[in-house]
Amino acid sequence: MIRFEKVSFHHPNGQMALQDVNLEISPGEITAIVGENGAGKTTLVRHINGLLKPSEGEVSVLGMNTRKVSIAKLSKLVGIVFQNADHQLFSDTVSNEILFGLTNFHFSETASRQRLEWALEHFDLKDYRERSPMMLSGGEKKRLCIACILAWEPQIIILDEPTVGQDYFQKERIREMLVEQRDAGKIVIIVSHDIEFLWPLQPKLIAMSSGSVIAHGAASEVLSREDIIQRSKLITPQLLDLWKKVPLEGDPPSDVKEAAERISKLSTWI
Amino acid sequence: MGFRNANTVIEVRNYSFKYASSDKETLHDVNLKFHEREITILVGPTGCGKSTLLKSLIGLIPHMYAGSWSGSVIIDGVSIQDRKINDLALTVGYVFQNPENQIFMFSVERDAAFGLENLGIERAQIRERVDWAMSLMGITDLATKPPHELSDGQKQRAALAGILAMKPRVLILDEPTSLLDPHTALELIQLIRNLRDQLGITVIMVEHRLDLIARVADRLLVMENGTIVEDGKPREVFGKNSPSLRNIGIPTITRLYQALNSSRPTGNVPLTVDEVVDLIRQKQRTVSA
Repeated sequence: MIRFEKVSFHHPNGQMALQDVNLEISPGEITAIVGENGAGKTTLVRHINGLLKPSEGEVSVLGMNTRKVSIAKLSKLVGIVFQNADHQLFSDTVSNEILFGLTNFHFSETASRQRLEWALEHFDLKDYRERSPMMLSGGEKKRLCIACILAWEPQIIILDEPTVGQDYFQKERIREMLVEQRDAGKIVIIVSHDIEFLWPLQPKLIAMSSGSVIAHGAASEVLSREDIIQRSKLITPQLLDLWKKVPLEGDPPSDVKEAAERISKLSTWI
Repeated sequence: MGFRNANTVIEVRNYSFKYASSDKETLHDVNLKFHEREITILVGPTGCGKSTLLKSLIGLIPHMYAGSWSGSVIIDGVSIQDRKINDLALTVGYVFQNPENQIFMFSVERDAAFGLENLGIERAQIRERVDWAMSLMGITDLATKPPHELSDGQKQRAALAGILAMKPRVLILDEPTSLLDPHTALELIQLIRNLRDQLGITVIMVEHRLDLIARVADRLLVMENGTIVEDGKPREVFGKNSPSLRNIGIPTITRLYQALNSSRPTGNVPLTVDEVVDLIRQKQRTVSA
């Protein structure tokens, strides 16, 4: 569990970046943070691994107050995948890139080898183990960044705009990986504008604007509110939009298959 | 299709390219005509050759990259290999994926003037063109701001202004919306469409966000392994039963329509929610009558 209690944060120049944020984020679900650029999404996320400490209020991560626990301890529990893969990759080979975290977190040599093989296999990077990360394509670099983090099995996984620059196929793989982690009982947090990517995951949604949380709840509830859509600079997901406009019965479907099944049951569709 | 008869601006003829560092061709026997006033979206999986094709259309390839090629890219009847790159810059403008890689001067207006200054254009004319480009992009009030103080949407407009000041006839954009929120992305696309309507320019862009953007394009090109595998209006291309479409992001609403009409997989398909809403209402009326 991650808990924000009355959290405010201002930059040294006095500029307010977070204002009275109260949140609970639970394991076993995917939480998506949405909002326009500058709304405070990244600032919020940096409070979770202790890179930033609240100016007022408290953040607790898995029962630990982030003010009282070291960043070293938190960073083993909280894995962040940055938006730009080039900011994260620096080793000479793909294998060494994955081993870096494992070594730093004092995994035994046998355990490290096991986790390395798992990551290479699981993220389809086996053929590249001796290649320089810089020689990989954009999609492969992103997979490597995620592999590096998941290799040491953090309890909390945070991805900042993982779909930017990814093609359709890569996005589907990222989505599968998120579901896998959720089902394994991890806390999964994703910062993203990509509403069509998020919708089938049916995440808990945190909508932010000017440093405040303006809505927090099930995606279908939050995205049904026109005021939230406008303030977060979002667009209504297509299936939800359809359900609102026709209108069709029941909760909006989360994917195309379900939508098609439910529409074709209507006697009006042949 | 209306554009088939329009003037050809760029023609790619039997064109292949291989980077010096690679052992196989990145582009293989590409044949394409880009027409005046046409908005084309280029899609395809990572590594299929999209960027190489874009670079070939502005002469960065072969002028700036080592490699071997055959065939030709022809702009206004002249092969690109026979033209100077600064001459091409006045015909074809290129906007990078990340505007931060493109804007670097101390103010928005100085940045917009940079290209023209380098081409030795007369001062008064530079002033006029820069003012014109900034007003087209709606950023006149940001003229003296340093680029780092701009929002991502504003940066993208500033980058576009710098290119438009050169008055290109063709605008090439590499994933112009990937860093923008959906709302700002739609605004930018609308702006690009207005440019086509007002100035008659030709637009060629790489985009993955087809949910948002397919509806504004006249033409969709699908690439795979260095060749063009599909070419047509977006609703025609999506309506085909082609395996290469599995790797591109067909809009959710289009996929829903196809799932509902599995017996009729080909033909024109809807691209927006409103079109599907109309179809459902029509069915409802037919049945109740």
